[in-house]
Amino acid sequence: MSQRVVAFLFFAALIAVVLVPPPLAAQTANAVKSWTPPKTADGVPDLQGVYSNATTVPLERPKNLGSKEFYTEQETAEKAKADAAAAAARAARDADPNTVHYDLGQFGLDQRVTAVSNRTSQVIGSEGTIPPLLPEAQARIAAKNAAMRGHNFDDVQHRSLSERCIMWPNEGPPMLSPGYNSDLQIVQGPGYVAIMQEMIHDTRIIPTDGRPHLPENIRVLMGDSRGHWEGNTLVIDTTNFTDRTAFRNSGENLHVIERLTRTSDKTLLYQFTVDDPKTWAKPWSAEVTWVGINNPIYEYACQEGNYGLPNILSGQRAAEKEQANAAK
Amino acid sequence: MQTRFHPFMPAAALAALALAGFPALGQQAQAPYRAPRTADGKPNLNGIWQAMNNANWDLEGHAAGMPAKEVVGILGAQFATPPDLGVVDGGSIPYLPAALQKRKDNFASRVKLDPEVKCYMPGVPRATYMPYPFQIVQSTQNVMFVYEYAGSVRVVNMAAPTKAPADSWMGWSNGKWDGESLVVDVTSQIEDTWFDRSGDYHSDALHVVERYTPRSPDTMMYEATIEDPKVFSRPWKISMPLYRHVEKNAQLMEFKCVEFAEEVLYGHLRKPGTDPYTSTNPNK
Repeated sequence: MSQRVVAFLFFAALIAVVLVPPPLAAQTANAVKSWTPPKTADGVPDLQGVYSNATTVPLERPKNLGSKEFYTEQETAEKAKADAAAAAARAARDADPNTVHYDLGQFGLDQRVTAVSNRTSQVIGSEGTIPPLLPEAQARIAAKNAAMRGHNFDDVQHRSLSERCIMWPNEGPPMLSPGYNSDLQIVQGPGYVAIMQEMIHDTRIIPTDGRPHLPENIRVLMGDSRGHWEGNTLVIDTTNFTDRTAFRNSGENLHVIERLTRTSDKTLLYQFTVDDPKTWAKPWSAEVTWVGINNPIYEYACQEGNYGLPNILSGQRAAEKEQANAAK
Repeated sequence: MQTRFHPFMPAAALAALALAGFPALGQQAQAPYRAPRTADGKPNLNGIWQAMNNANWDLEGHAAGMPAKEVVGILGAQFATPPDLGVVDGGSIPYLPAALQKRKDNFASRVKLDPEVKCYMPGVPRATYMPYPFQIVQSTQNVMFVYEYAGSVRVVNMAAPTKAPADSWMGWSNGKWDGESLVVDVTSQIEDTWFDRSGDYHSDALHVVERYTPRSPDTMMYEATIEDPKVFSRPWKISMPLYRHVEKNAQLMEFKCVEFAEEVLYGHLRKPGTDPYTSTNPNK
C-alpha cells in the first residue's frame, strides 16, 4: 500500500512539474487574511495556547520534486494517508517485543499531532533548499571539525550542546520541531510574549515595548529577541548569538526574523527568515504550521536525568585503559 | 566618639525583634493596598521580581558563617554565609526528631549534595528566593513563572484544578485568586530538591501553598505554607517581601548553568592532562 502511494506521489510530482500547480500558496495567504484572530485584554492579537510544531514536511525539499513547492489537494490527502500508514506500521513494529527499540506508545510519544500541509518543504520558494555555504563558512566548519577530530570524547565540553542538556537545536530561534515532545506554550503579558518549549524547558520572553537589543558584547546561546506587532502578526527580531549553537552552520552574526500569525482557532503559521552574511550568500525563509493541542506542557528535566553523558565519557576512559593495557 | 548606654536601646531592639519575628503584624498596621488591575479585573502581578534576603543560604535566622570546608581555602569571604534575620515564622523549622539528623548530614556535605551546585531545577518555594530574578507572565488563562536560574519554569493552571500526571522538579501548580492574593497550590514535587544551601529538605509528600499579595506598586508579600508529614511535625510558614526590578531595561538574562556544573559532575571523567580552560575545543 505505501509503495503504491509513493509511486503515485512520484507520478503526481512529474505531472505537477509539467503542469503549472494550482495557486495554493495564494489560497493559503488569502485564508490568513480572511480569519480575524481574537485580541487579548490588552488589545493585541491573542496567540495564546499550547501548540504542536511536529510536522511531516522536511526542512529541505527532496531533490526529485524539483521546483514543485506545493502538492495538489489530492496529493496532500494521499500523503497524509501514507504518513498515517507509516506511523501505524511503526507503532505495530514497536509493539512487538522482538523488534522494539523505542516503544513510543509507552510514553505517549506516538500521540503527536501534525498539521496537514501541502508544502513539499519547510523552506519556501522555488529552490526549497538552504543556500550553499560560502567558502569562508566552509573553511570555518572545516577548521572546527579538524580541531574536534580525535578529541570528541576527551571531556564533556567536546560533546554537543544537546547531549550536555544545555540546549537542543530545535529551540533556536528559529524554533523547529525536535521530533518528539514537539510542544510549545504561548502566554502573553502586557508588553511581552512568552514562548515556552517543552524541549528542553526553555522559555523565551519577548518584549514588545520597542526597547533596543542588548549591547553587542552580551552574546547568549538563544540570542536576544525583540518583538513588535504588524497587523495580526507577531514579528520577532533576534540577534546577539554566539557561534556555539551554529544553526545550520551559521555563526554569531546570525540574524533571525520570525513571524507568528494565527490562521484559525486551531492553527498558527510560523515563518522565519535567517540571514548570516558570513555563512550564506543570501537569506532564506521557511514556514511550518503549528496545531493547537489541548494537553498541558509537561516538565522536561534533561540535566537532572542525564545518565548518558557520564556513560559516554567513562566508556571512552575504559576503552583507553584497555588499549593501554593491551599495548603493554 | 564615646559610646554611652541609652535607656531606650533595649526597648527599641525588642520592638525590632518582634516586628522581624511577626512580619504579618507589621503588614497589618498598614492600610490595605489595592493593586492595579489587569484588563480582566485581577491584581496585576506582571513584572520581574526578586527577593532581597539571604534565605537561599538558610531559611532560619543565622549569623554570618564560615564557608564550607571544601571552598574555605579558595573562596574565603566570597563564599562565606551571609547573615540573615530568617524568614521562618516562629524562627525554626519544626523537624520531626527522626528527620533532623538528615538535615545535619546535608549541611555537613552541602557542597556535594546541594542540587543548586549541579544546576538542577530548584523546586518551590526555593525558586522564589534564589539570588536570581523571576518573571511573572500573567494572562487571563494562565500565570506563568519563569525563573532566571536554570531556566526553570512553571505554568500555574488558573482553571479548574488538575492533577499532576507524574511528579516533577517544579511540581504541579493550581492557582486561584483570593481577594488581593494569588494563591498557588503546589503538589507532586519530587523529593530531590532542597529549601536552601544549608540542607533543609523535604520528602515526596511535600505540599506547598503560596500566597502572592501586592503591598505597594513595586513590592509584594510572599508567603508559603509548607506541609510534609514525613519530615515536619506540623505545617510551617515562610514569608518575605519580593521587590520589582524597576530598571527600564530589566529583562531575564540567560543563566544556563548546566555548563558551570559540568566539572563538578563529569570533571573526573575527562581525559587526563586536559582542562576546560586551555582546551582549544571549538564547542566550549
